[in-house]
Amino acid sequence: MMQSLSGFIAGFWQFIASLWPEPLRLVLFLGGIMAFVGLNAAYLVWVERKGAARFQRRPGPTEVGYAGLLQPIADAVKLLTKQLIVPAGVDATLFRAAPLMVMAPALMSLAVIPFSDVLSARNINVGLLMIFAFGSINVMALMLGGWSSRNKYAIISAARIVSQNVAYEIPMLLVVITMVMVTGTMNLSDIVKAQAGPFWHWNLFKVWVNPLMPVTFLIFYICMLAETNRAPFDMAEAESELVAGAYTEYSGMGFGVFFMAEYANILLGCSLATVLFLGGWQSPIGIWSGVVWFLLKLYFLVFSVVWIRWTFPRTQFYGLLNLSWKILIPVSLFTLILSSAMLKLIKPFAA
Amino acid sequence: MKAFPASEIIVSAIFILCLATTGLGALIAALSVRIIRSVCGLAICCIGLAGLYYFLHSPFLALMEILIYVGAVCVTIVFAIMLAEPDEQPQPDRHGANILWGGIALTVSVALLWGLWRLSCEADFTSPPNLMTDGSIRAIGISLLTTYSLAFELISLVLFVAILGALAIARTGRTKP
Repeated sequence: MMQSLSGFIAGFWQFIASLWPEPLRLVLFLGGIMAFVGLNAAYLVWVERKGAARFQRRPGPTEVGYAGLLQPIADAVKLLTKQLIVPAGVDATLFRAAPLMVMAPALMSLAVIPFSDVLSARNINVGLLMIFAFGSINVMALMLGGWSSRNKYAIISAARIVSQNVAYEIPMLLVVITMVMVTGTMNLSDIVKAQAGPFWHWNLFKVWVNPLMPVTFLIFYICMLAETNRAPFDMAEAESELVAGAYTEYSGMGFGVFFMAEYANILLGCSLATVLFLGGWQSPIGIWSGVVWFLLKLYFLVFSVVWIRWTFPRTQFYGLLNLSWKILIPVSLFTLILSSAMLKLIKPFAA
Repeated sequence: MKAFPASEIIVSAIFILCLATTGLGALIAALSVRIIRSVCGLAICCIGLAGLYYFLHSPFLALMEILIYVGAVCVTIVFAIMLAEPDEQPQPDRHGANILWGGIALTVSVALLWGLWRLSCEADFTSPPNLMTDGSIRAIGISLLTTYSLAFELISLVLFVAILGALAIARTGRTKP
């Protein structure tokens, strides 16, 4: 009985897959990405809490499940059972829409990330541009969330979010333009394919293309931290000064969705750093490339984000803006000019 | 590979969705009293427009629409509003000047629409035999820096106008106190 049932299911599955392979693939990828983001958001909270605890020499969550592994599920149940309060006097429509507008672009952008040679939901030619286009909606949504809360802490936080994101979007885009010039394409899959081979073929180590490549990676990484509002740049959600920043008035899952979106954005930023600089799914020794390498590099970067958060204190706001306008933007402009000059002068002779 | 059943219906449904988003966003932008909602309407309208560009086989333009108009223009406007004034809007009251300006705007836009309508009905548009460019970085770069260099430079004015307009509206308000 069971065998005939599973045979029937397998046959039915094959029938569907032979009928419409493409729509089925898309639906599977859609579900897969949502599951990936949900699972990661839940367990990155655990990683964050465990990491914070270890850096502060305490055990962290231990009560729920082995080593606190069921803690995220308990947290999610707690958040889901809480009431969604819409305070009096807020702009209710925008207040409710803001968490969704933060979450949706991150999910959409993950569709163009190539996890491996074949594991990529949509391989479009302007993938890199798509990530930045949808990333820009994120700022707008956070700002509207802060504005519509009608809370002075939230409004201060919203103003900070905008100035911070505008300031760091410039060096980030300059760095990305450098990468697009070096690789000659905005197709993320092609960018990874151009880095095939041993690890010194990764863009991070391509010093013969641009001697400042590691600096470029550093700028990208710093901007990624600032764009995702992570410490030491978490001015937007500075708990000790602004309660919870733009999220102050949110309760229950409204707050939870903001948190999920933060982790989704960290995942996205680290994936992008992996694809652009660390060779994506390419293995460092040139053989056995695959999705495992992508995930290893991705989680190494994610761990470093957690590491930095609990190691460095929050900077001051003018320190943050000075870093961007006085250091990162000039340096990234310089790398842009340098790599274009090197492309023009050295490449014709090297080829 | 067989076509997905009713794929044409799905495609036209998405097209209608894009059109509806554009129209709805434009209506919200024009009709709401609170300026922050107008900006949201503008953002929705631009996302709908991006969808329409995608239907015209230009994903690059679609993404640029989102990046520039939602990511830069709308954020700039909201930021200007935030800096300029708290959210307390005065009660709308009808002035003669408002009606005059509204009438002028209506006349101009009706004339423009009529002209465009005549143009699109009477001129015979021949669809290009193939796509103008293949959409690669190289092709886009060449056309931006040669054929369309003036338009490319003029884009930078968009942000300038956006922030000036936002300040002007946010300072005085849509309805004079």
